[in-house]
Amino acid sequence: MSTIKEHHKEHHIALPEGSIGKTTTTLNLGPTHPATHGVFQNILEVDGERIVSAEQTVGYIHRAFEKIAERRPLYQITPLTDRLNYCSAPINNMGWHMTCEKLLGISTPKRVDYLRVIIMELARMADHIICNSIIGVDTGAFTGFVYVMQYRELIYEIWEEVCGSRLTTNIGRIGGFERDFNDIAFTKLERFLKEFPDVLREFENLFTRNRIFMERTIGTGPISAEKALNYGFTGPNLRATGVDYDVRVHTPYSSYQDFEFEIPVGTTGDTYDRFLVRNQEMWQSLSIIEQAYRKIQDIKGEEGTVFHADVPEYYLPEKKDVYTKMEALIYHFKIVMGEIDIPPGEVYHSVEGGNGELGFYLISDGGRTPYRLHFRRPCFIYYQAFEEMIRGSLLSDAIIVMSSLNLIAGEMDG
Amino acid sequence: MARPVSYNVNEKPLESDISIAELPEGYQGEGFFAMKLSDVVGLARKNSIWPLPFATSCCGIEFMATMAAHYDMARFGSERMAFSPRQCDLLMVMGTIAKKMAPVVRQVYLQMAEPRWVMAVGACACSGGIFDSYSVLQGIDQVVPVDVYVPGCPPRPEAIIDGVMRVQDLVGKEDVRRRNTEHYKKLLNSYGIQ
Amino acid sequence: MALTYDLIKQRLAEQFGERVTNFEEPYGMLTFEAPADLNIEVLQFLFNEEDLGFRFMTDLTAVHYPAYAGRELAVVYHLHNLVENVRIRFKCFIPIDQPDIRTATEVFRTANWLEREAYDFFGVNFVGHPNLKRIMNVDEMDYFPMRKEFPLEDQTRIDKDDEMFGRGGSFDFGNRQDDGAPRPRQIPEMDKP
Repeated sequence: MSTIKEHHKEHHIALPEGSIGKTTTTLNLGPTHPATHGVFQNILEVDGERIVSAEQTVGYIHRAFEKIAERRPLYQITPLTDRLNYCSAPINNMGWHMTCEKLLGISTPKRVDYLRVIIMELARMADHIICNSIIGVDTGAFTGFVYVMQYRELIYEIWEEVCGSRLTTNIGRIGGFERDFNDIAFTKLERFLKEFPDVLREFENLFTRNRIFMERTIGTGPISAEKALNYGFTGPNLRATGVDYDVRVHTPYSSYQDFEFEIPVGTTGDTYDRFLVRNQEMWQSLSIIEQAYRKIQDIKGEEGTVFHADVPEYYLPEKKDVYTKMEALIYHFKIVMGEIDIPPGEVYHSVEGGNGELGFYLISDGGRTPYRLHFRRPCFIYYQAFEEMIRGSLLSDAIIVMSSLNLIAGEMDG
Repeated sequence: MARPVSYNVNEKPLESDISIAELPEGYQGEGFFAMKLSDVVGLARKNSIWPLPFATSCCGIEFMATMAAHYDMARFGSERMAFSPRQCDLLMVMGTIAKKMAPVVRQVYLQMAEPRWVMAVGACACSGGIFDSYSVLQGIDQVVPVDVYVPGCPPRPEAIIDGVMRVQDLVGKEDVRRRNTEHYKKLLNSYGIQ
Repeated sequence: MALTYDLIKQRLAEQFGERVTNFEEPYGMLTFEAPADLNIEVLQFLFNEEDLGFRFMTDLTAVHYPAYAGRELAVVYHLHNLVENVRIRFKCFIPIDQPDIRTATEVFRTANWLEREAYDFFGVNFVGHPNLKRIMNVDEMDYFPMRKEFPLEDQTRIDKDDEMFGRGGSFDFGNRQDDGAPRPRQIPEMDKP
């Protein structure tokens, strides 16, 4: 056990000349935060205001998703995946559906892929809107939050038209969507595409060249690209350090290869870079949604009405067929009672979630429910590096670093 | 853009530009107005409830939407979301409470000063929700007494506001001597709270 | 030379000979099995070699197979070569009465919490881990919940009736036996050939 002076020296805390040595205070940045971040605890050793070391405790919202998933057939696991990163629930849903489709060997038609891309990019924007506005709130600027939350409500309305729910959407089915997007949904989408760019520009004007914001965020919580890769960072946090790894480009899924978009990267990996990367990603998402919308309008004729793949064993048939045809009745019964067996095998599929690479590792033994389902949760993996990022910084900087990492407790514990 | 609403049949007609809270019954005369003390206290308390948002998961995001400009909760008097238990009246538990978190909820409740109310928002706080597993507390009423339950997964912001309005009803009609009654003390004792 | 699965298999066979086995490619990802005492050597080899370069650990998890005697717990590593865009997976099986395996924290710092999670859920003892204690569950828990023999629900709850929730009793999905092994599919009499 080193003396206090040595302890301070190894953590680069400069003691004034002639000082005898100090003790550090233990501060509990406890599970009850001011409402916005979620439940995780940091036990900090602070020397005055500077943080000497930290220890994280997670698991305050451990809901045993992986164990629950062993008792549910595939479509009943979708509501569980909603509640992982609940700020962008549709991305989790779509990722799960794509994992099931990979296991079952189903390929979806192009129109379904493009509709999925629209929903996923809207979800990504919803997640980044919350993250960036909460960085603003944590530095004390509440205005940005209320400006952009209005447009988040419009995104909720679009999801509500398709699936009926705002936040935990359970959107889509294995093979496609449960219903086609009606005209109201497209009208709302057009309104969003028309009105949101101005709001986003106004939001950027509030923060990006704001002197106070820049001084608070530049240089706080930096991490180098090499360390970030070793810690398993993915998503905007990794792109802010300069590595352009994006699952949508590396292993394209759901026809992302048909779209043209850029991947914004930062340089130093500090909070300001993370904020800017997320802002730029929102612009890129807007452009992807416009491209997808145009592509959908270009699909004419018979294909322009298809919204799911033709897989009667896994996709519920239409009610009018259930009442009139025998095969539809049997499929309906088998799907609802959970009597469809999944082929044995193991598959790993990942999507680019709001926070990085969200992976699903599914092992099936041929029964009706998965044998083992593991979620590769990006928040859990990169929260380990938090201690290194805040060592030596002030307490208020630690709060900003925490909010800029976009830690969602549901995804961290799961 | 909105479709015509078909269920809001109890709309209060707008009489003037500013709506003022309803005055309780009392006896009025020249220069004085006499009414029950509990009514006055209740009126003052119910229109200025300061909530403590104990947001753990998805319901917390719906709470953020409720707090934002679209479904403003500040117009019900909850302007200041005091994040300290010593300074607020209503503990809103929003989201799943795991067994690891239950002692924290209890400690926060104990730190609150009387009068205090508890609202369980969301299916997980009411009864464990969809997570019937070994690590989730099946409802926060196992550790703290709850006044209002708001069902939903997550409840719409309108439902959360409805819950706040029910709390307002409870607060407005509360007897000033309620906290000293035998019934209340027995309730708290059953939770092990003195 | 582009990194193909054949090249990986060849290099692994050259370095480790017969000890890495079971090469499969389920759904397009190369999967192989290595003995538990070689896990760090395989990880270092895949990390250090210039033409292999698997420098990103995507995931580390564990699986419980009660049906395999002596090899009940499997530790599964997912690795990714970001430059060449190649993913592989390898597994190490360890017996449940002595679930020791060396920690991968020196090679990949991300393995720190991932191993704690595997320890918390399955009881895999990672030798040499800097801080091996429970991460998700309460510290006082004395069993490893994700193992197949333990039930999902809290058995002390009084307000939920298992029969009505479709669990246990007379209605279940019926595809697991009590020890967690899959129940073989019963073919009805009239469908038998």
